Amino acid sequence: MSIPENKHKFETRTIHAGSAPDPSTGARNTPIYQTTAFTFDNTDHAASLFNLQNFGFIYGRLGNPTVSVLEERMANLENGRAAVACSTGHAAQLLALHPLMEPGDKVLASRNLYGGSITQFSHAFKKFGWDVDFVDATNTNNIKKILNNKHKCIFIESLSNPSGVILDIEKIALIANNAKIPLIVDNTMASPYLFKPFEWGADIITHSLTKFVGGHGNSMGGIVIESGKFNWFQSDKYPSMTKPTESYHGLIFAETFGDFGYSMKIRADSLRDLGSTLSPTNAFYFINGLETLHLRMERHCKNALKVAKFLDSHEKVSWVSYAGLKKNKYHNLSKKYMNKGVGPVFTFGLKEGHEAGKKIINKVKIFSHVANVGDTRSLILHPASTTHNQLSTDQKIAAGAGPEVVRLSIGIEHHDDLIKDLKYALTNI
Amino acid sequence: MKMINNKDITYEDQYISEILERSKTIAMVGLSSSWHRPSYFVAKYLIDRGYKVFPVNPREVGKTILNQKVYSNISEIEESIDIVDIFRKSSEVDLIIDDIIKIKPSTIWLQIGIINLNAEKLAKKNKINIIMNRCPKIEYSRLSGELGWAGINSGLFYNKRKFIRPIY
Repeated sequence: MSIPENKHKFETRTIHAGSAPDPSTGARNTPIYQTTAFTFDNTDHAASLFNLQNFGFIYGRLGNPTVSVLEERMANLENGRAAVACSTGHAAQLLALHPLMEPGDKVLASRNLYGGSITQFSHAFKKFGWDVDFVDATNTNNIKKILNNKHKCIFIESLSNPSGVILDIEKIALIANNAKIPLIVDNTMASPYLFKPFEWGADIITHSLTKFVGGHGNSMGGIVIESGKFNWFQSDKYPSMTKPTESYHGLIFAETFGDFGYSMKIRADSLRDLGSTLSPTNAFYFINGLETLHLRMERHCKNALKVAKFLDSHEKVSWVSYAGLKKNKYHNLSKKYMNKGVGPVFTFGLKEGHEAGKKIINKVKIFSHVANVGDTRSLILHPASTTHNQLSTDQKIAAGAGPEVVRLSIGIEHHDDLIKDLKYALTNI
Repeated sequence: MKMINNKDITYEDQYISEILERSKTIAMVGLSSSWHRPSYFVAKYLIDRGYKVFPVNPREVGKTILNQKVYSNISEIEESIDIVDIFRKSSEVDLIIDDIIKIKPSTIWLQIGIINLNAEKLAKKNKINIIMNRCPKIEYSRLSGELGWAGINSGLFYNKRKFIRPIY
């Protein structure tokens, strides 16, 4: 068995995948099932649900009918097998690693990650005994050089936040595949509309749904999606998947649930015990957001390219890091992997440095100064003093968030107004 | 034997759905009595959906599995069998296929990972439906919409209400 073939185009599936009119009322839109618990028909039914022998809902921490529509839709849009949603993108990263890692194990991660991820990996995860090696993955030889038996996965971003680095994912997937470890791709910044990691050999995808999936800056959420193609039994590296699970009386997840065993393991074990559940109301906002994902991403990209070109030609701007610009060093890779566009988040530097960067943020009138990306609204930020604040100076520079860097997330307003706003701010710094 | 790619084996949803709809009795060859084994999960699920399951497993004879008497051979079952669901290695299907053909089930069903082209040929010759490399539990839950409850991609969506068969 494998992933079902998609009979419909992406744009149709953003609206329909995973959903159906409510079976009891016929409600056409997915209802918000705002309930903590679900009734069992009898004690045997209850036991069969707790033993995972029947599909069904037990308790809101493990699953919910609104949340499951979102999960199936995201799995479908990423051409994956199954998905588990959770409270935030950070929770998704924790859940994604939880079935893979034992104390003493390591993650091999790209150094071009969102600052919050670098902090999560290098501090919080260390308390579980999980270590991390960060590498400059723009040269894939760096990965090969450092990779060893302790590494249980490779973790990268498809389009890095904030500097828009695009890695040669096909090559990295091959390295992971040869080492018999999964490649995890955080696809938040591209969204499945612009890039599909599974088509290039990734095994697991994580998202912060908070960004483009929700798209309107109104809800927090995350998700883990599995391709269903990773062979857990090819090594003894993943005892959580291939050895009996004590808390389920000896169940072997990769055997009993086959190509969706990893998702079942995350739901039944990691989500159950770590507790980072997504609320059904937030799931509803994400389902609504997904219905316009394709339209929004198209406009985000179109606007971003216009704004990037404007900044690139402005005398006070020293550089613009946007892979959509022909001279950008990731432009060729973007043609290979993301030919519909490279998203609307990018950075630029000002000739007058750090202070000028702060000034422009205070002068703009449309761009909002917030620590988020992927909103309908255009956003502006100084990463070094905010999102990447916890990093060391070296880490900041390595992550593309040095002191002179300003980050933009271009919204879906009219591009003329956005350019006018930036022009005004640049003139007045 | 000709190498066959799992992806080459495809069935129309309607074909599978009609078989599941029409059938009432299922003989499960290789059903285990251990509650955490995949075959036990499938049996439990199918019984809960109203099917009558007949365990066939020479190693479990004398026991009951899920309150059903275990048979050592398929030919011992007195009732007529609609589906024979097989949990054995692809190569071992050859050892039991003749006995199965003899009882004339309407469908022979080989579980995920089980592909036997000889069995397929024999089934077709005897006008018996055959499904390979699939699980009736997953197919039932996929077609009924339940599979999505666990966030699993069914590839299906609907513009009309879908009624799920109640749990018995």
